[in-house]
Amino acid sequence: MSDNFFDFGADALLLAGLNGKNWRLEDYVARGGYRALKKILANPGHWTSDQVIAEIKLSMLRGRGGAGFPTGMKWSFMPKDAPVKYIVCNADEGEPGTFKDRDLLRYNPHLVLEGMIIAGYAMGCRRGYMYVHGEIWEVYERCEEAVAEARMANLLGNHILGSSFSFDIFNHHGFGAYVCGEETSLLESLEGKKGRPRYKPPFPANVGLYGKPTTINNVETLANVPFIVDKGGQWFLDLNGTMAGGTKIFSISGDVARPGNYEFPLGIPFSKLLLKAGGMRDGLGLKAVIPGGSSAPVLPAAVMLETNLDYDSIAKAGSMMGSGAVIIMNETRCMVRSLLRLAEFYHEESCGQCTPCREGTGWLVRVLHRIEHGEGRAEDIDLLDDIARNISGRTICALGDAAAMPIRSFLKHFRDEFVYHIEHRSCQVADYV
Amino acid sequence: MNKLSAESYQKIDAAIAKYPPEHKQSAVMAALTIAQDERGWLSPETLKEIADYLDISPLAVYEVATFYTMYHLKSVGRYTLTVCTNLPCALQGANRTAEHLKKILNIDWGETTQDGMFTLLSGECMGACGEGPVLLRNNKTMCGNMTPQAVDSLLAELCRSRKGDADVG
Ligand SMILES: Cc1cc2nc3c(=O)[nH]c(=O)nc-3n(C[C@H](O)[C@H](O)[C@H](O)COP(=O)(O)O)c2cc1C
Ligand code: SF4
Ligand code: FES
Repeated sequence: MSDNFFDFGADALLLAGLNGKNWRLEDYVARGGYRALKKILANPGHWTSDQVIAEIKLSMLRGRGGAGFPTGMKWSFMPKDAPVKYIVCNADEGEPGTFKDRDLLRYNPHLVLEGMIIAGYAMGCRRGYMYVHGEIWEVYERCEEAVAEARMANLLGNHILGSSFSFDIFNHHGFGAYVCGEETSLLESLEGKKGRPRYKPPFPANVGLYGKPTTINNVETLANVPFIVDKGGQWFLDLNGTMAGGTKIFSISGDVARPGNYEFPLGIPFSKLLLKAGGMRDGLGLKAVIPGGSSAPVLPAAVMLETNLDYDSIAKAGSMMGSGAVIIMNETRCMVRSLLRLAEFYHEESCGQCTPCREGTGWLVRVLHRIEHGEGRAEDIDLLDDIARNISGRTICALGDAAAMPIRSFLKHFRDEFVYHIEHRSCQVADYV
Repeated sequence: MNKLSAESYQKIDAAIAKYPPEHKQSAVMAALTIAQDERGWLSPETLKEIADYLDISPLAVYEVATFYTMYHLKSVGRYTLTVCTNLPCALQGANRTAEHLKKILNIDWGETTQDGMFTLLSGECMGACGEGPVLLRNNKTMCGNMTPQAVDSLLAELCRSRKGDADVG
């Protein structure tokens, strides 16, 4: 595996102390790993499943997979009396710009496993599945090794550490489909079918994997769980001054000097992250930022430089935290061309079962293509907006909304460039996508 | 046509064991991966063999094989090189890398070199953008920071290994 470097930031929690080699069970235990699980199993009278969920609620942990749903609340939706339930870890990281789950799993896999085991305990599951993104085979292999280590140490399996709790984890390797990151599509895929999202309701908490109650959580979400149990929900909430607890791993990419993962408490100014990533590459000016993965609305530099990186602040600025993937674009970049590339992605990845998404994404590509190549028409800008509006909210899964979101935000903030392309019948920027 | 090797069947059995016994179908993705590792690509006969083994219809297997982009339904070169061309990698120079590869190998996307060594594919975000531009070798090995120079040394390494016939995978 190629490694860049291991400077994740002085405030790192999930990525603290990692050097690429110390991923094994013994290293994790030396860092205090599995302490939270042991604490629970040693005192099940205090640490009832309700108590674990209460602690997660207190921490105000919000999902790190994109939607930011409060994790404690999500766990409490699981029916108590169902005999068979599942916890699924979503490691199908494919949202353009996002690469944090890969580092968590290859450098600190046991942290995620411990989080999953505790989640399984809290929700009364006996089995968990880890769904690993197709392109990261090496990470899948690492997960297989980590699971084997945990089984050997009776941290997984029957009567974990001599307790009455039995739980096991199995790794499933995806094979290249962005839409499988969507939780119901992921379940279809786990069942051995093509990954086509399901209608909701019913929600997975009632009808999930093999028809059984299922909770799906992102890798980073689960990685926070052992810390919350070990150090307390209040401690976790107090890690930052915002309404949601904890740190966030920001994957920063694009036109920065040092792309990579940096972990900070939620709520740091965007400028601090940019500085940590070495600033702009080649000293060029900042033009635009997509702050939460390609599905989040783009923001102009001036807005971004005034924004803090937490759920509420980014929402107030007109975008979303999403997966925490921060894509940086410098002053030389063409916004039409960049948007065209994103539109192609959503069109390519649409599973095709809803007409607005299947047809709409193709139409967006064709219109953007002609604008970029000097054949745009005056009415095309309104047309793009119209198509996007007609996709939003009219599809089975959120991929449709994700395709529409960039369109409307690029038009809102960079309309001039679209107009320029149409009026001058050309693009002024050399090819880069 | 010969059956998949005993070793492959062992791996498929291990995959089946990960799911409840009544849900063998869950192992179809793993079985296809294992078959593709052995054969290089998935022929209709291979799909049928897997369908029979998992007790599911050939159509169900075919649907899965066509849905997920990393399965090859046509034969490919000894090395597949899938370059990520999504926006974050593009901002970090993926386009230059792709152009360089096309020129050196003298092929376009989806094509295989005449000597059957390389197939060039264009991919979407691989969740490794921090090391962009990235390319994925034979679906398994992530190669980061793939500048044109890095591409040159990778190709040289792969061509050398062919002479020694060592499997670099
Ligand atoms: C098209 C699409 C792709 C998604 N991709 C991912 C992904 O790669 N990883 C992820 O954790 N969540 C992804 N999600 C969100 C999941 O559906 C789900 O909300 C999330 O895994 C829940 O975990 P959390 O509550 O811990 O955040 C995606 C959603 C959509 C609509
Ligand atoms: S919105 Fe798109 S990706 Fe989602 S279910 Fe509909 S067609 Fe499939
Ligand atoms: S954009 Fe290339 S790996 Fe993410």
